[in-house]
Amino acid sequence: MAYLAQKPPLAPPSNELRSRIPGWGVDLDPKDRPAVPKEQFKPDATGAHWDFPERQPARWPREKSPEHAFLTPVFGTACPPSGISGAIRRYAYRFSEGRTSHWLLLLMADRIDVMESRVGALLKGRPDSRLMETGVLSEFKRHGLRSRLGHHRADVKHQWIDVLLFAAPYLAVTAGALYFATRRTPARRILRDR
Amino acid sequence: MQAMVYRGPCRVRVENKEKPAIEHPNDAIVRVTCAAICGSDLHLYHGLMPDTRVGMTFGHEFVGVVDEVGPSVQNVRPGDRVMVPFNICCGSCYFCARELYSCCHNVNPNASAVGGIYGYSHTCGGYDGGQAEYVRVPFADVGPTAIPDWMEEEDAVLLTDACPTGYQGAEMGSIKEGDVVVVFGAGPVGLFAAKSSWLMGAGRVIVIDHLDYRLEKAREFAHAETINFTQVDDIVLHLKKLTDYLGADVCIDAVGAEADGSFWQVVSNNKLKLQGGSPVALNWAIDSVRKAGTVSVVGAYGPLFSAVKFGDVMNKGLTIRSAQCSVKRHWPRLFQHVKNGVLKPSAIVTHRVPLNEIAEGYHIMASKLDECVKSLVYTSPH
Repeated sequence: MAYLAQKPPLAPPSNELRSRIPGWGVDLDPKDRPAVPKEQFKPDATGAHWDFPERQPARWPREKSPEHAFLTPVFGTACPPSGISGAIRRYAYRFSEGRTSHWLLLLMADRIDVMESRVGALLKGRPDSRLMETGVLSEFKRHGLRSRLGHHRADVKHQWIDVLLFAAPYLAVTAGALYFATRRTPARRILRDR
Repeated sequence: MQAMVYRGPCRVRVENKEKPAIEHPNDAIVRVTCAAICGSDLHLYHGLMPDTRVGMTFGHEFVGVVDEVGPSVQNVRPGDRVMVPFNICCGSCYFCARELYSCCHNVNPNASAVGGIYGYSHTCGGYDGGQAEYVRVPFADVGPTAIPDWMEEEDAVLLTDACPTGYQGAEMGSIKEGDVVVVFGAGPVGLFAAKSSWLMGAGRVIVIDHLDYRLEKAREFAHAETINFTQVDDIVLHLKKLTDYLGADVCIDAVGAEADGSFWQVVSNNKLKLQGGSPVALNWAIDSVRKAGTVSVVGAYGPLFSAVKFGDVMNKGLTIRSAQCSVKRHWPRLFQHVKNGVLKPSAIVTHRVPLNEIAEGYHIMASKLDECVKSLVYTSPH
């Protein structure tokens, strides 16, 4: 037990494990593991034939973290920032990664980006399809019910929250519309009073 | 070209996108033949990773054929079959020079806290990924490696992330002969971490999950003992009793941001996205490991804060080790293990989907339908 000096005998003998488990102990020596020690200075073994890479041309003012001294020589060019979400993203990159504002602004921009894209797709004639894009049809082809029921899955217990979260924006919009439709505006009051 | 495109949380579709072009002299364009959906892709899919933009193509596990190279590329040629590590790395910065390829400082202008990763949001550099017909591969002289003739394509694609990540998870545990190792998560990375723990001389390997079919896989593939945490009152106490009240020598968190098992953690993170990840598995690892033990974290978390029990880390004198895997430094050893039959990475593949059905591929993987462990994506009929 932990209350005595010797470690309790918790494991079978190594010989038994070696005969039972394929490959047992082939990397037993901690000093002979690929990432030991953690830092190994091997600048000539990486395949790089430059001291500092050539710079990739920037086709637009590329957003960058203020924690970098300059724009890194190579960077991704997927999805340049645009629209309101793009403006928020550019603003977010004024803050360091240590600031919560940086990440919360980026998360907010992500949600606005989704709304902008939905409208954009509709205008371009290729509207989003919840049925096709969520892959929900696989529920019928890939045993949706059978995969969930009777298997002690922890996630099944709180899937009702997903339904609430799915319905929440629709319920909010409906409630808002009902409120504005039924509230007593001054014009409506005048009409009614006549 | 056809490519998977993100349309918002839980929505993806296939669109025609422009074929990527050479943007830097050391770029290559790779025609993807096989890609995978990674468990960590689901964090993007569920909208947990900040700066995941609509229109982005995911996919950081892929293999293919070199289609085109930039003028300074020397190590690969058009027509070569290559496997590409998920890390984008320059090979010459402070970190790459020390073989810490996942920390490369020259490829991600958006953040200094993480290197570049294919198809993993702008927080990881804004590169399109490999769930597409073609992909741009920066620093073609550093990252990609020719697939050996004897290696099967499906083994190769799993060696671009899941297998080396699991191996590094075990390695960071500093496992000694006879150690008790507990692996949280029986997904692909957890299975490889469990298997690798034996290679490093573990005396007992115990895998924890809530999915019975994955635990079955852990017993069959990784020869591990298994526990379904929903079937015990308190998994931490259960592990303490199993280890004679000492605790495990090493715990490996192979779950990451979307861990289940605590209602309020799931609601605050997975549902309301108010944390950088639900650290249920990490907290269990911290509580289950013995004092002065090691917790190795290879599950991926977002950059926001998470409710981690750090007081216990300090009080117990734990060593916490964590990293995105530096894939390339593990390849020579893992190639040897695959060649010798010690490891068979493709044994965990359960589903193969064509690119044009990728939305269903994501749903199957995310909802754990049809006993899914690992899905591969093929760009042409398979």
